[in-house]
Amino acid sequence: MNLLRRPWRLAAEASAFLIALVVAFPLYWMVLSAFKPAGEIESSEPRPWTLAPSLDSFRRVFGQQDFGRYFVNSLVVACSVVIVSALIAFLAATAVTRFRFRFRTTLLIMFLVAQMVPVEALTIPLFFQMRDFGLLNTLGSLILPHIAFSLPFAIWMLRGFVKAVPEALEEAAYIDGASRARFLWQILFPLVLPGLVATSVFSFISAWNDFLFAKSFIISDTSQSTLPMALLVFYKPDEPDWGGVMAASTVMTIPVLVFFVLVQRRLVSGLGGAVKD
Amino acid sequence: MTSATHRATRAPWLYLAPALVVLGGLLVYPIYQLGLISLFRYTQAQVSGGEPTTFQGFGNYSALFSDPEFWQVLLATVLFAAGCVASTLAVGCALAVLLTRVRAVPRLALMLAALGAWATPAVTGSTVWLFLFDPDFGPVNRILGLGDHSWTYGRLSAFFLVLLEVVWCSFPFVMVTVYAGIRAVPAEVLEAAALDGASQWRIWRSVLAPMLRPILTVVTIQSVIWDFKVFTQIYVMTNGGGIAGQNLVLNVYAYQQAFASSQYSLGSAIGVVMLLILLAVTLGYLRLLHRQGEEL
Repeated sequence: MNLLRRPWRLAAEASAFLIALVVAFPLYWMVLSAFKPAGEIESSEPRPWTLAPSLDSFRRVFGQQDFGRYFVNSLVVACSVVIVSALIAFLAATAVTRFRFRFRTTLLIMFLVAQMVPVEALTIPLFFQMRDFGLLNTLGSLILPHIAFSLPFAIWMLRGFVKAVPEALEEAAYIDGASRARFLWQILFPLVLPGLVATSVFSFISAWNDFLFAKSFIISDTSQSTLPMALLVFYKPDEPDWGGVMAASTVMTIPVLVFFVLVQRRLVSGLGGAVKD
Repeated sequence: MTSATHRATRAPWLYLAPALVVLGGLLVYPIYQLGLISLFRYTQAQVSGGEPTTFQGFGNYSALFSDPEFWQVLLATVLFAAGCVASTLAVGCALAVLLTRVRAVPRLALMLAALGAWATPAVTGSTVWLFLFDPDFGPVNRILGLGDHSWTYGRLSAFFLVLLEVVWCSFPFVMVTVYAGIRAVPAEVLEAAALDGASQWRIWRSVLAPMLRPILTVVTIQSVIWDFKVFTQIYVMTNGGGIAGQNLVLNVYAYQQAFASSQYSLGSAIGVVMLLILLAVTLGYLRLLHRQGEEL
């Protein structure tokens, strides 16, 4: 699209690079500070580079009791949420797009409204519910609510992808003698997989980011804790161990970054597909 | 069967069953309980079983509404969310347009930087931004020549700092979504407008904006929802609501009431208020969709 004259386009490109630098700067500073030796982090003249990269902060972080375990816990929570909610949402999205039935519109509106529920407001009843299920201090108390909270958005987003699969394909499959289950899992599922990937980004982030539930539901058994809580061990508002905080932050951010870069194309085209609908 | 779109059978309900069970048990039932708790007296004594729960009717609400702090927090929440939404949308849309005007390399650079910000977990983003603005060791004060000015000390500057972090991690969703939307607009339409001599602003206002309206509605609504219930950033960056609670928003306020002061019923009442506000926004959104003739 050559809508801009040459000097303007160059200016636009220069500002795009500049903005990219500004946007990436916090992440650069995080990684840089994680590798700075102790004396350099707490310097009143911070330098945008380091002459003596050091792994001390990382050693301190991984030396902290159970940090590796928190990492695994976070991964278990996020992956369970992603997989389970993707499967459930796929079935539900199929139901609301490929069947006509009573209450279909009502259900759709309910899913839409459910997206607006401020989940943080439900911390109190969920706390009692998890206590009654005996799930307090277990990863289950983090996984279950996040599945529920990511579902409405996932269903809403997947709808567009399921809709985009031509109905003729379904008829052809039945004519060829495929069962409904076979059509569902062997034809439809692979076709909407890009949509599922885009959707999973949102459920992954909400579960990986979880701070409030971890803080409220994992109260006495810290071996069931997750990364956000581990990070705050280093962040004491009065005298933060910035090196430790930045190293822990780096460790916590990298898996998400990798995940994002892997699904980047799918994410962009997925959002395009979901919104075109 | 003439169409693959099936008529009513039991099948759709089978497909929906898992979703309905999960949503019923972990969303609808907790909402019901939230409403219930907000009508009772429910503090540590009741939780441990030391005292029976007593019905309060709207007592908790009248206690809440007669507390000036609640109104202050409500006002701060609305203003803070509005500020976050407006800034996020402005930045996101402007950069989405910019993305369509540049070649592949700068586009990729900006896209990757934005994905990085988007991928950063809320707790991490909060601590990193605090470090950037740290009065003693942060680079921002050095660059701006502000000495040891503390950003978290003043009420407005603390809110402003949190707003910056929130915008930083939420503009990418708007940018990517709007960019995908613009790309879906046929190039010929834009070229025709440009040939007719329309200015960039005019093209945006008269051609793109109307075509993008459904997307803009979606990202606005999502931003309203996300920003209205910001918890982690405020909690971490202002250390639980700022000096003397000057940076409290409804979410953190409810959390403090419930889990720090064991006033579960008061916390629940605040939760109900939040729920009702967002419900009102949702209904407005549904009406908008309906008026645009959108089919569900």
